[in-house]
Amino acid sequence: MRPFTYQAPADAASAVRAVTRDPTAVFLGGGTNLVDHLKLGILDPGLVVDVTGLASVEITDLGGGALRVGAGVPNSDLAADPLVRERFPVLSQALLAGASGQLRNMATTGGNPLQRTRCVYFQDVTTPCNKREPGSGCSAIGGWTRNHAILGASAHCIATHPSDLAVALAALDAEVRVLGQDGERVIPFTDLHRLPGDHPEHDTVLGHGDLITAIDLPARPIARRSAYRKVRDRASYAFALVSVAAAVEVDGGVVRDARIAFGGVAHKPWRAYRAEEALRGATAADDSYRAAADAELADAVAQDGLDGGNAFKIPLLRRTLVATLRDLAREDA
Amino acid sequence: MTAIGTDLARRDGTVKVTGTATYAYEAPVERPAYAHPVQATIARGRIRDIEIEDAETLDGVLTVLTPDNAERLADTDDKELAVLQSDEVAFRGQLVGVVVAETSEVAREAAGLVRVTYDEAEHDAELATERGSYVPEQLNAGYPTESAQGDVDAAMASAETTIERTYTTAMYHNNPLEPHTTTALWDGDSLTLWDSTQGVHPLRSTIAPIFGLDEERVRVICPYVGGGFGSKGTAHANVTLATLAARAVPGRPVRLALTRQQMFSLAGYRTPTIQRMRLAADADGRLSAIAIDVVEQTSRIKEYAEQTGTPTRIMYAAENRSVTHRLVPLDVPVPSWMRAPGDCPGMFGPEVAMDELAERLGVDPIELRIRNEPSVDPDTGKPFSSRNLVACLLAGADRFDWADRDLRPGVRRSGDWLVGTGVAASTYPVHRMPASTAVIRREAGRYVVEIGAADLGTGTWTTLPQIAADALDVPVSDVEVRIGDTRYPMASVAGGSSGMTTWGSAVVEAARAFRDKFGQDPADGDEADGSVGPADEDHAMHAFGAQFVEAHVHADTGELRVPRLLGVFAAGRIINPRTARSQFIGGMTMGLSMALHEHSVLDPRTGHVVNHDLAEYHVSVNADVTDVEATWIDEHDPYVNAMGSKGIGEIGIVGTAAAVSNAVWHATGVRVRDLPITLDKVLAALP
Ligand SMILES: Cc1cc2nc3c(=O)[nH]c(=O)nc-3n(C[C@H](O)[C@H](O)[C@H](O)COP(=O)(O)OP(=O)(O)OC[C@H]3O[C@@H](n4cnc5c(N)ncnc54)[C@H](O)[C@@H]3O)c2cc1C
Ligand code: SF4
Repeated sequence: MRPFTYQAPADAASAVRAVTRDPTAVFLGGGTNLVDHLKLGILDPGLVVDVTGLASVEITDLGGGALRVGAGVPNSDLAADPLVRERFPVLSQALLAGASGQLRNMATTGGNPLQRTRCVYFQDVTTPCNKREPGSGCSAIGGWTRNHAILGASAHCIATHPSDLAVALAALDAEVRVLGQDGERVIPFTDLHRLPGDHPEHDTVLGHGDLITAIDLPARPIARRSAYRKVRDRASYAFALVSVAAAVEVDGGVVRDARIAFGGVAHKPWRAYRAEEALRGATAADDSYRAAADAELADAVAQDGLDGGNAFKIPLLRRTLVATLRDLAREDA
Repeated sequence: MTAIGTDLARRDGTVKVTGTATYAYEAPVERPAYAHPVQATIARGRIRDIEIEDAETLDGVLTVLTPDNAERLADTDDKELAVLQSDEVAFRGQLVGVVVAETSEVAREAAGLVRVTYDEAEHDAELATERGSYVPEQLNAGYPTESAQGDVDAAMASAETTIERTYTTAMYHNNPLEPHTTTALWDGDSLTLWDSTQGVHPLRSTIAPIFGLDEERVRVICPYVGGGFGSKGTAHANVTLATLAARAVPGRPVRLALTRQQMFSLAGYRTPTIQRMRLAADADGRLSAIAIDVVEQTSRIKEYAEQTGTPTRIMYAAENRSVTHRLVPLDVPVPSWMRAPGDCPGMFGPEVAMDELAERLGVDPIELRIRNEPSVDPDTGKPFSSRNLVACLLAGADRFDWADRDLRPGVRRSGDWLVGTGVAASTYPVHRMPASTAVIRREAGRYVVEIGAADLGTGTWTTLPQIAADALDVPVSDVEVRIGDTRYPMASVAGGSSGMTTWGSAVVEAARAFRDKFGQDPADGDEADGSVGPADEDHAMHAFGAQFVEAHVHADTGELRVPRLLGVFAAGRIINPRTARSQFIGGMTMGLSMALHEHSVLDPRTGHVVNHDLAEYHVSVNADVTDVEATWIDEHDPYVNAMGSKGIGEIGIVGTAAAVSNAVWHATGVRVRDLPITLDKVLAALP
């Protein structure tokens, strides 16, 4: 950790300008991930631009069932918001399944989806890691892969994205409002994160200096019956081995529509379009849910590694999806 | 006798919860400097070159020490403690340098600027039975490596039923909340160490010769310890490093606190163990043979031989018995004590094997244990000073509604959860250290007891006054106890659950001497001392217990929960029910943590523990620990010591993991023989 300059600009445009100008600059949200990275030596910024004073802390009702969440809204407030709980229970549940009360008080809506992987080799500067140091190699491959990907990994990186919130946002067709040096733009949440491919150093499609100002939640009546199911190695305060964000609409014993995303299994929150497709029009029964899981997991690849690798995550995710859909459909009946 | 047995609140409670207790890092010193270690990034080899210029020239850096320029220590026999004495690297994370600076931030930054290059050699950091191993001369705490009676092979060949299985326990790190910290101050040739330690005198005896000092020139102070669990029972390399660093900046005290990550390579850990169990029994479950063959690791630079097989020697009757240990020397950090060394890992394999035998025979596992209850210590033939395992099992069975238990696995459900119950036995020896002295003095109308004992959260500040009060026959409020300083009479380490037996005996002796000399009406300044006497040699002395677990396994996901944990212990006289309960449930919680979560993942390619922080090295959190209840039976043991007490700090962790595994089997039908019990191990068998 080295000395750096700290700034807290008054408005978003100045913040964007400050970071854009300095290739070593970073934004600081709640700091619950960034400050760890400073201490671990993963990051070595010359300039830290605090955006907590300028980011919106409002949750705005956009009408018709849609909401806008300011980038500065703390995770705890978002989880507790009555409109969020009513319209998007999956979102509230995902947040409450993450971290701890203290961390959620600090963590922000903008910072949470941009937290970086918990891959232990990424977090340890004494081991090679393509994400941290492009071209140095991937230590996780053949190492401890329990928390690593089974979907969409590459030969260069098998990391997973750790955010629970992001999984819910992917299922909800959320949109990210971004302010960059060329002005404001809107990115579908499912396009925000990347797969690792040849460039695992890029977690997202954001450019240097792009600031998240808000996240929009479009009206999704289906989401009123939604749930987040997180499976982890202890009852609380652990990242997901696998997680499922799901919303289903069942009518007369038939699944009319579904929204599904997976966490803990890929470099990005994994929107399960194939599973959704398989479910539409199917009987609301375990066989259909299994078929949907099979459709989505056809390309899943397990990683060998210490303690038997992560092959167990494929059946685990399958079972978790089936159980989540079963519970939701039961509720809906 | 009124103070002993009273539920007194901790005397140190207020200063701790108000944050005014001073820990080692907060020692009141002038102008402290701060040290930050530099660690090896290879597992084996030699340092080729260390460049320190960038670090040295950083503003605020006072000195940078490496094997090239560090002082030569007077005694380098203990290779773990002989820091910066050679360019050889024996494990990843070993100390290869230290930076001393005006602030901890600068020290840390500068440590990152030290460039070390190595000639790397091939390393081996993976424990496996087929690795080259040897038979250590003796085990930790002096136990014999091997013991045998009769002919286990023959008994196995002729028995009606046999169990032969291999069980493994993982590598564990003690992870006390307070890291290993030291403040070191040299004054000419005199040294003061404020160190987070389980024993000020043992630490002094270790450190003094390393720096060529007479013990009188060294003072060690440690009133409070934020947990140790054995990892502060012996000095680790951080203490030598802080002392060495302080001598390099004359006139400046130096503070050193290991980071959580550094603790994973420098502060000891529990070796993983591989336990091959053999049981031979008749149709009723009476054992004719019991045997355990243990394989475990040690570092190449210092031997540590965990006494994993020792509980098998005393638990159950069987004519044919055998216990063996082999050590695999690896390029790994030095293993050391962790809560209930030996007994904790060593009651996993045997107690699951007993459950497997019960399953095989269709016998209740409690009944099986009762049928194999020995009348004397099967290892030595000595009578037990007291042994109430059966009473614990029966008392627990009663509270746990064991009588209604269905023996069949995998047949109970509560909603989405499969439900099972399990039991296992606990045991821990009564240790008494050979030396400790207490002094009692009349001061301003009160009785002051001084002894260099330690309180690592265990309750010593509160329980020694209770012992002294009864021995002097005065109210406990008339007694003040002073501990944690080598200025007080010599006390043994807080280890092996020996503290109360050893220090308490010294206090009782001092009280007797005091009353003999000064009667009931002493004058201010009157003073007498007393020392612990030798242990009873004619009896086998152990505490026993039984742990009961209800386990829930999610039928869809395999998630594991333990909604109920009950421990019943027979541990002699309980000096303070409040601090005792805290020790028991603390141990059981740690046992639960071992059963379900804890696991240091050593990557054999690099030789270091890769989940080296508390986000990834999982310990049980509140949500995992639902209902933990500890209780005990009245036990009167005239042989253990004057108080009639047995140690209670460690037995709580012994047997818990086996009980959890047995309950998980009962819930699912899956035998998990390798810890930790994680959902992937039961997934395939779920409905
Ligand atoms: C012990 C522990 C356990 C945890 N467990 C979980 C868990 O179970 N589930 C889970 O989901 N999370 C978990 N977390 C992670 C936590 O949720 C994240 O650290 C947090 O959400 C990040 O938000 P922040 O505001 O603190 O971000 P920061 O740490 O401030 O920033 C994170 C990143 O986002 C960037 N950034 C911040 N704000 C903006 C913005 N407005 N625009 C552009 N870039 C920005 C920063 O530059 C940085 O790169 C855990 C964290 C810890 C320490
Ligand atoms: S999986 Fe990705 S983050 Fe982890 S070591 Fe490999 S490249 Fe780095």
